[in-house]
Amino acid sequence: MGNTHYTKDHEYVRVEGDVATFGITDYAQSQLGDVVFVEVPKVGAHLKQGAEAAVVESVKAASEVYAPVSGEVIESNAALEGTPATVNEDPEGKGWFGKIKLANKSELDALMSEADYKTYLSTL
Amino acid sequence: MLNRQGRPTTPSHDTTVVHKTFTGNKALQQIEPLIFEIGSTDQTGVDIDAPAPHHKKLGKFERKSPIGLPGLSEPETMRHYVRLSQKNYGIDTGLFPLGSCTMKHNPRLNEKMARLPGFSDVHPLQPQATVQGALELMDTLAHWLVTLTGMDAVAMSPKAGAHGELCGLMAIKAAIIARGEEATRKVVLVPDSAHGTNPATAALIHFEVRSVPVREDGTVDPHVVASLAGPDTAAIMLTNPNTCGLFEKDVVAIAEAIHKAGGYFYADGANFNAIVGKARPGDLGVDAMHINLHKTFSTPHGGGGPGSGPVVLSERLAPFAPVPFIRKTDEGLQLVEDEAEATNHGAHPFGRMTAFHGQMGMYVRALSYMLSHGADGMKQASEDAVLNANYVRACLADLMSLPFGNKPCMHEVLFDDTWLKDTGVSTLDFAKAMIDEGYHPMTMYFPLVVHGAMLIEPTESESRASLDLFIATLRDLAIAAKRGDTERFTGAPYHAPLRRLDETRAARSPVLKWTPPQPILEAAE
Amino acid sequence: MRYLPLSADDRSDMLARVGVDHIDKLFADIPHDKLLDKVLPLPLSKSELEVERILSKMAARNKSASSGPFFVGAGAYKHHVPATVDHLIQRSEFLTSYTPYQPEIAQGTLQYLFEFQTQVAALTGMDVANASMYDGSTGTGEAVLMAHRITKRNKAVLSGGLHPHYGDVVRTLSEMANAEVVTLKPDLRAKEDLIAAIDDTVSCVVVQSPDVFGTLHDLKPIADACHAKGALLIAVFTEVVSLGLVASPGEQGADIVVGEGQSIGNALNFGGPYVGLFATKTQYVRNMPGRLCGETVDAEGKRGFVLTLSTREQHIRREKATSNICTNSGLCTLAFTIHMSLLGEKGLRALAEVNHANAVMLADKLAKLPHVEVINEQFFNEISIRLKGDATKIVDRLAHHGIMAGVPAARLFPDQGLDDVLIIANTEVNTDEDRDALVAALKEAM
Repeated sequence: MGNTHYTKDHEYVRVEGDVATFGITDYAQSQLGDVVFVEVPKVGAHLKQGAEAAVVESVKAASEVYAPVSGEVIESNAALEGTPATVNEDPEGKGWFGKIKLANKSELDALMSEADYKTYLSTL
Repeated sequence: MLNRQGRPTTPSHDTTVVHKTFTGNKALQQIEPLIFEIGSTDQTGVDIDAPAPHHKKLGKFERKSPIGLPGLSEPETMRHYVRLSQKNYGIDTGLFPLGSCTMKHNPRLNEKMARLPGFSDVHPLQPQATVQGALELMDTLAHWLVTLTGMDAVAMSPKAGAHGELCGLMAIKAAIIARGEEATRKVVLVPDSAHGTNPATAALIHFEVRSVPVREDGTVDPHVVASLAGPDTAAIMLTNPNTCGLFEKDVVAIAEAIHKAGGYFYADGANFNAIVGKARPGDLGVDAMHINLHKTFSTPHGGGGPGSGPVVLSERLAPFAPVPFIRKTDEGLQLVEDEAEATNHGAHPFGRMTAFHGQMGMYVRALSYMLSHGADGMKQASEDAVLNANYVRACLADLMSLPFGNKPCMHEVLFDDTWLKDTGVSTLDFAKAMIDEGYHPMTMYFPLVVHGAMLIEPTESESRASLDLFIATLRDLAIAAKRGDTERFTGAPYHAPLRRLDETRAARSPVLKWTPPQPILEAAE
Repeated sequence: MRYLPLSADDRSDMLARVGVDHIDKLFADIPHDKLLDKVLPLPLSKSELEVERILSKMAARNKSASSGPFFVGAGAYKHHVPATVDHLIQRSEFLTSYTPYQPEIAQGTLQYLFEFQTQVAALTGMDVANASMYDGSTGTGEAVLMAHRITKRNKAVLSGGLHPHYGDVVRTLSEMANAEVVTLKPDLRAKEDLIAAIDDTVSCVVVQSPDVFGTLHDLKPIADACHAKGALLIAVFTEVVSLGLVASPGEQGADIVVGEGQSIGNALNFGGPYVGLFATKTQYVRNMPGRLCGETVDAEGKRGFVLTLSTREQHIRREKATSNICTNSGLCTLAFTIHMSLLGEKGLRALAEVNHANAVMLADKLAKLPHVEVINEQFFNEISIRLKGDATKIVDRLAHHGIMAGVPAARLFPDQGLDDVLIIANTEVNTDEDRDALVAALKEAM
């Protein structure tokens, strides 16, 4: 999983070619609790890194999910709107939020590796 | 003659066996269906005579489709709502220590006064000469509010606390517009400990929210405020006493810092009940503050409203108060309803908050409370509220953890969940176990600056005996939690009309209204 | 003081337990020079009897709606409320409870809110309704902001028949939130060309029916025109009884429906508290302000109700909330739903018919008066007339003789050339004698 990167806001980005699949990490879903609603990113939207890309809500919390990288949204996981529990069950698999066509691969350099992210989690 | 129909008068059976009932009811705890399940569209609980013959003037707009509203006869209606009421906990049921919400006694005199036909049965648009007493009541209440707060004026019309916040911030925005600084002064400082309404209100009228971190002792540091405030700053919104139950001891320095930066001091008056008659916001540098008549002045919470949130204003903000407002003239009191007319009287109202003149029904109740207490009684009420909270603190400090140390609080005492660490019991579990003991839980998980917060506000309405039993109960629960008696908590409540409810299910697939069950044939397909 | 249970002994014992020797030690964080050293210059405490005397005297200076023929409406209406309603809303468990944050011990409140939401959705012909707003006017302001969120536009068009106080609330909120409002001129006959004002920068159109002058509007063409331009139709009503007899806004294509519910279950109260009704389509639920109650089950599988979708609300989302509101109209909502349960569909229709019949009878009588023109062709229980002379002066004169004739249009629309227009409401409380008294008095006054 050397091509998976993480942000401090607990998003992951998995890169295949120039396509980045992103979502929230297992840690994020466990902190949110039972996810009850997801607003997935809009296909066709051009997002800047750090811009609001999606919304995820549990019963008691709501948070924005920020684009971990810049680029155009080429696909979104609309199935989540009907079955938000997938985010709890398989956040880094079937619970992905969207796919972004990478505009600037060098942005990935500033993100954390899996090992770094684990270290980061241990400090929280 | 011997009465052969004597019956046993002492219980003889083992009382520990629990039998299931046929109905599912448990004596006074009755299961009550929805009105849609017990009523029908051709039943009604009112008798209305058919109208005299007439030609309808509805044009093509007459309703042709059925509405689907069930009716109930009067006895059915009575029983339905009485049974529902029995599933509710109110102040009259028991101690209601809901921090920040001020669940004090609601005197019934207030209800009686609000129902005098001269107040309840007058229309807001009657000729003003026919409502001079209503205007006198509003004017008298305004005088009390201004005197108690040491402020210059009061905007009466806001309908609740959050509406009052909106009114106060609008007055501030109007003042900033009048200064020609609309483009530059856009930031409102809000401490982390604030009520969620504060940032929501600021954002609603397009202010940017800048968070102010709270320092170690739970209060706001004036130096931090000074460093965050500048030419871009419109205001600070500060709750005082704050949501940690502490008086912001540097409030004067905070006011000076914000004023020096050219901004205004908005005080959230949710906790004003702690200091009525002890200190006046006007002396502390406040420019605007809403007052929750339903907290401080005992108008009933009514299951979530109606509230009332008049806003007191400093001399600098008073001219911007919205319409309507009352003006004294030679002919009596005049309600100025129109902005253009207000301008003729030298005012610069920023607009209107609501149709008509505000929550008259709540004004009557609040004034009835004030007249009953008087200036002396209200001071005593503040002192008793603070004393009761401190008594609870002193009697629980050895068992439960105080995030800012064991020092005096105001009208509410804040505990965190450090003391529950490793017990397997959460703040939520602890709260639910209180329900089984016959108490309404305290405010929990608020303020956000403290982990697993438990905010207890006993109010001045509790007797010492009531407090002692409450304290003994919490001590028993606390000891049980520490002892590892987790089941008493994690499954609680056991004795309420319902067990814990599935909020996830409610939010994942919302059912927000009743729909008729599918016909059996269809369902079988 | 009768409301304070602590005795002087209690206080000193408790202070000792707390570990301080004077109550002011507990107020030590208040800067010393700001702590008040004497009682504020206001009257001292009074007995219940004394308070009753003072307030009754003030109340007696007002002329109540039941004391004579009463035709005042324009946004608040005098109706008969069954005695059951006021008895039930004063039950302690309703009156003295809080917002139902602890659902296990608040099912009473939650169930009636669920029933209320269902009633309001049915009445308005919409999919979902919330647990109420402060009143109709603030609800209208919130509806406009909601439309802006949905359409991502920020211009509202207000019909000239909208209650001007409602318009003022929308304009005030919009001005402060940097949104645009176009207000059409006062429209006495529903002849305005709203559709011409709709372009693709418009977020929503706000139309009241029956409007402030009493006239019924055709919402369907406006809804169609809105939808063609990607805008929403916000339908407003101030007289909820009209929905018993008039096609619902939902049937006519409205996207958001807002109204004042005071007429059902609630007294006039000089303007408040009232109860705002708010309903919309399912797809907009997450953009809707206010509280929502939803059905669920408890740990044993029993049906129960909870507040839900609360992530829209201020206590969680803070500055990203859909609205800053955290109260609804609680007890007024309860009064509404009890009265509506008593009426049922049958009772509401009967009530609406009596209201309409009374208005028609009055309109017929007034039309026969010289110098009087009944303006409305289609109306429910409120009409507007043009008369000879200044309506305000005539109303004041009639009030002096014990007749409340209505609302002079100029009170709501000053300086708009409506000095001779009078808005007259009729409800089930008005009798033939009331109407004859009004007609005779108007005749004499002109």
